[in-house]
This record gives sequence, C-alpha cells and structure tokens, in this order.
Amino acid sequence: MSIFVNRNSKVIIQGFTGQHATFHAEEAIKGGTPIVGGVTPGKGGATHLGRPVFHTVSQAVEETGADVSGVFVPPPFAADAVMEAIDAGIRMIVVIADGIPVQDMVRVKRYLVGRDAIIIGPNTAGIITPGECKVGIMPSHIYRPGRIGVVSRSGTLNYEAVEQMNALGLGQSTSVSIGGDPVNGCDFLTVLQAFEADPHTDAVLLIGEIGGPHEVEAAQWAQEHMSKPLSAFIAGASAPAGRRMGHAGAIVSGEDDTARAKMDRMARLGVHVVENPADIGATVLRSLGRTG
Amino acid sequence: MNIHEYQAKELLRGYGIPVPTGRVVHSDTHAASAAEEIGGDRWVVKAQIHAGGRGKGGGVKVVDTIERVQRAADELIGTRLITPQTGPRGRLVQRVLVEEARVIFKEYYLGLLINRATQRITLIASTAGGTEIEEIAKSDPKRVIRETVDPAVGLLDFQCRKVAAHLGLTGKLMAPTVKLMKRFYRLFRDKDAQMAEINPLAVVDGTSIMALDAKIAFDGNALYRHPDIAGLRDFDEEDPKEVDASGHGLSYIALDGNVGCIVNGAGLAMATMDAITLHGGRPANFLDVGGGASPEKIANAFRIVLEDPNVKVILLNIFAGINRCDWVAQGIVKAIQDQEIQVPVVVRLAGTNADEGRKILNQSGLDFIPAQQLDDAATKAVAALEEKAS
Repeated sequence: MSIFVNRNSKVIIQGFTGQHATFHAEEAIKGGTPIVGGVTPGKGGATHLGRPVFHTVSQAVEETGADVSGVFVPPPFAADAVMEAIDAGIRMIVVIADGIPVQDMVRVKRYLVGRDAIIIGPNTAGIITPGECKVGIMPSHIYRPGRIGVVSRSGTLNYEAVEQMNALGLGQSTSVSIGGDPVNGCDFLTVLQAFEADPHTDAVLLIGEIGGPHEVEAAQWAQEHMSKPLSAFIAGASAPAGRRMGHAGAIVSGEDDTARAKMDRMARLGVHVVENPADIGATVLRSLGRTG
Repeated sequence: MNIHEYQAKELLRGYGIPVPTGRVVHSDTHAASAAEEIGGDRWVVKAQIHAGGRGKGGGVKVVDTIERVQRAADELIGTRLITPQTGPRGRLVQRVLVEEARVIFKEYYLGLLINRATQRITLIASTAGGTEIEEIAKSDPKRVIRETVDPAVGLLDFQCRKVAAHLGLTGKLMAPTVKLMKRFYRLFRDKDAQMAEINPLAVVDGTSIMALDAKIAFDGNALYRHPDIAGLRDFDEEDPKEVDASGHGLSYIALDGNVGCIVNGAGLAMATMDAITLHGGRPANFLDVGGGASPEKIANAFRIVLEDPNVKVILLNIFAGINRCDWVAQGIVKAIQDQEIQVPVVVRLAGTNADEGRKILNQSGLDFIPAQQLDDAATKAVAALEEKAS
C-alpha cells in the first residue's frame, strides 16, 4: 500500500534517548509506527519507551531485525551515524538533522556507492505511510491514507499540499520529504521510480523549489517511463537570484535554476504544472481526470 | 560564509600557493608605506569588499608611483563602491589591498565547487582567465574543462595533468601547476569550502604561476570545526537585519515589496511569497521562523519585519507540525500588544493546535484579519494593502 515504509517495517531510532528523538518516537509509537528499539552509544542494555537500547546499530539489527532507521543524531555526528546504519545493512535511513556539513554528505554519498540502502534527507521532515508508519517529525494527524504519492523538498509545504488534497478527498499512499540540502541522500527520481512501481499509488505530486537540476531530471525520466500522472509545483518564483532562501540548496545560481525555467521545462515534458500554490490539490485531482 | 580577497590569499599562501606580495591597509598613508615596504615600481590597489565585479566598478587601480598608491587608496577607502554585484547602494570600502603588480603573460580560471548534479567536488578550469566561468561555459564551452573528484581518493595527479594539458600549461609549468591544484583542493577539503575560485591564475614573468585574485566561500554548517575560518567573518559585509534575525533563530532576507511575511518552513515561506505575487502584491521579505516557534521568536519576527518602513501589511502563515499554533498565537498577541503594531495583520493558522490558536487570537480582542487557506490569506493581504492606499 506504499513505498519504502509500512506496517511491517522494523524501525530503530539512532540517538534514541535524546529529548527531540524521544518526543517524536513517542508520537510515532502512539500512531502505530513499529519502532522496535533504538541506539545510543554507551547506553546499551537500557530500556527506553518500553523498547531496548543498543550501543551500536549492528547490535540493534542483530537483535531486532531492524530494516529502517530514523537518525536523530545532531549534525556534527550525523554523517558517521548514517554510514554506521549503511554498514549494518539498514535499507532505509531517514536523516532529520538540519545543518550537516555538505562535504560530510559528499563522503556519505561515496560510501553508499555499491551498497544497498536509500537515504532520505538530511534536513527533512521525514517519511510517512499514513496509518502505518512514520519516521520523522511531521504531524501524522494531517495525513490520510489514500492513493496519491507525494515527494517534496520542504516539510511545511508538504503539509500545505496534503491539506489541500485532503479537502478534495485525496489521501496519500506515502509522503516523502527529501530535504532542502544541496547534497542529499535520495533525489526526486528515486522516489518517482518507487511510486511508479507501487500498485497502490495512482498519481504522484512532486514539490520542488529553486536551485539544482533534480526536478527537471525527474520529469525527463517520467516522460519516458512513467504511466501515472505527475503533478508538480516549484516554490520560489518570487525569489531573487543569488540568495539562499532558507534551505541551503534553494538558490538561483543560473538561469536553469529559476522556478519559471523549471516549470516551463517540466510542462513541456508533460507534467501537470501548478502555477499557484493554492491550486496544488486541484491540479492533482485534474491529473486524475477528475474535477472537484 | 564569504571572506575577503586578502584573507583568501593568506589561506592560499598558507597552503603553499604562490600569491603576490601584498599588505592590507585601512588608510591612505598606510597604503603608501605598504607600497614602499613591498618595493618595485608598479602596484595594484584593490578595494576589499565581498561583492565581485570590482574591476568593472573602478575598485582596482594599477599605479606606478607611491603618491598614486596613496591617492588611489584615498579615493577608495570610505566610499561606497558600486559594482554589477553590489546593487545600487554599493558597499562601503573600509580597507584596500596593496600588492606588487606582476607582468602577466597569460591568465586562466581555476575553481572548485560542490556539483549538485554529481553530488561531488568538481575541479573546473578555463583558458579564459578574468572572465566569469558561467559566461565562458555558455559562450565557449570547449574552453572549459571539468574533473570530478572521487572523495575516496581525492584529486589525483593525473586529473591535474589533464587539466594542465588542456590549459596549455605544459613544459616547465606542468609540475608546479599540478602541485598548485592539489594544494588548492586540500585547502578546499580541509576547511570545508563550498566554492573557491582563483581567477585569474596567471603565468607571470614567463616562468611561474601565481594566484592573482581569489574568492572562497565556506560552508556555514561546518564552521563549528574551523574556528580559524569562523574568525574571518566580517559582519560589516552582511545585512545587519539578517545577522539580527539569525541571532534569534530566524532566517530573514530583505526584498523590495511591501507585504511583510512571517512563515514557518523555507518551502512554505517561498510559496507564500509566490501566492502574494500572484495576487498582485509584492513580498517585503522572506522569513522562516523554523521549528519550535516560541512566543519570543514570533515577537522578534514581527519586530524585524516591521523595521522595514516599506511594510504596509503583514501576512503570517503558520502550518504547524512540530510548531504549535497556540504558542504562535501567544506570540502574535504579545507582539501586537507590546509593539503597538499599526499595519493590518493577516493570520492563517493550520496544523497542530490550530483551533486553540484561533481561540487565543479571538479572545484577545485585538484587531487582525483571520484567513483560512493560503489563497484566502494572500487575497486578504493584498486587499488590505489596496484599502490602505485608497
């Protein structure tokens, strides 16, 4: 019914006993997320939120069979924690930290080559399959189970889009925020491919922003390989060039980076492009051949 | 984080990359004595500001007497230099770099950057020294060569030889060019740079290569492990309001419109600006209050937005996830009461505790314009603007 995470996932939290991690793990457990344990180096053997704590990710994997990890480790230590998870065989790694040095992520991406894992983030709100599994910091109460796949950079703009879709009766199969950093784990393309392969997703919404080539690359792939309708909004049409708009990656460095340029190219590639951020839900509905 | 040219050159020198002999000075008399100390019979006096395009803006002067060094420094220091990158107000020149002028035989461009497409560091070079690399890449792409660095092994000798050969830096110049590129890469990696340019890299006196100008930007997220680099930050080169905002955990960028924006999350903040623009308004700023927007944070956001005299209406758009709308509402009430806000305030609250937030606002008895959805909020903000004008 989803991509990447579902009710059969076995989730651990790295940095489990920290304040931030504890708050969000508790929320996720309340919503039914299958969290099976956590990792805090030095605190192995303890119990936290009724789940076992391990010193290392490999111990946690051995004992619990974990296959998904939410990394709540602070930015200076996050890259190492992600590589530890990759090494331990975790297949889905969600990195919440905002502020990881970009060259740390360059090294993580190199470490990932030839290894079988998907990284979501950093600087992300996370991933949620409504009603089944949430790894992240988003408010699960705004999501509704359904058949629209959502992939965005931003967290709050993802919430905005979801609210618009809910109002039109469109729930979500899975919603993924890939994060606002220039070098990040998984790009739009990887998520689109997963949604295309998921029999329970009927249409996909992509929410991008100024800066970087990845939205257009995803649209190029979609034109050739995707059977499901793809809608897209690109935030930042009113942003000035050369300024970083909050997200480290949201910067117009060349003419291909502008929202207008991306929207025009995506429209030519057959994407249902949203001009007004208030029309995101309506556009997804139209892409399904329906009207509100 | 950007640094000045003279600071970048000190870093290059520390990594064994040849740069011209020079001194940075704050007054014309010091400029004259610096030129005497350096010696020779030709000098370059260069304004030290963070913006590029200084040559075009008259910020670089080549002179051949000590008196003219002093006059050039006097003309630059204390003036606002306008270049294609400073905007119409220009930047105040507080110091100049006085250097020996070298005889240039040929100029090149050499840069390192984090390439978003490959997600790796790229070395980029061109025979069109002195010109912006983006221009050359467009007009004459054959003159640009790129080498992608594998982070597992770093920049390799053969990659540097390929680039040197492409540039025509062969014969006796090849070995020193390779060495220079490797040192440049090491600096980039060691200090967590985000972008570094030597432009021009020049062959001087026919026999040696030298960095005649340099620009380095560092990753702000990595400054915690480079106190030496953090110490190079020049707050005079930054917008004081942006510095003030970041001190309060807010991300603020001034724009030239009149609708002040207070939003949580960078993506929603951009979308809110876009919605305002689509309704015929113009955003006065980008402002992301981030996660955990306490009442104090919201109050600071109002203060910073209202310091801009162009702001005629405020649109507050919060979609709370980790934020809580009741907290945000408390901040709004506090800000409106304490700061005696005169402009109309449009408030849209959604997400966690939105009903509680709206209740707090309604019970406050304060005058504000409630909005339900994003479109509704943008429409009301622009309408309030027009009402004020009429």
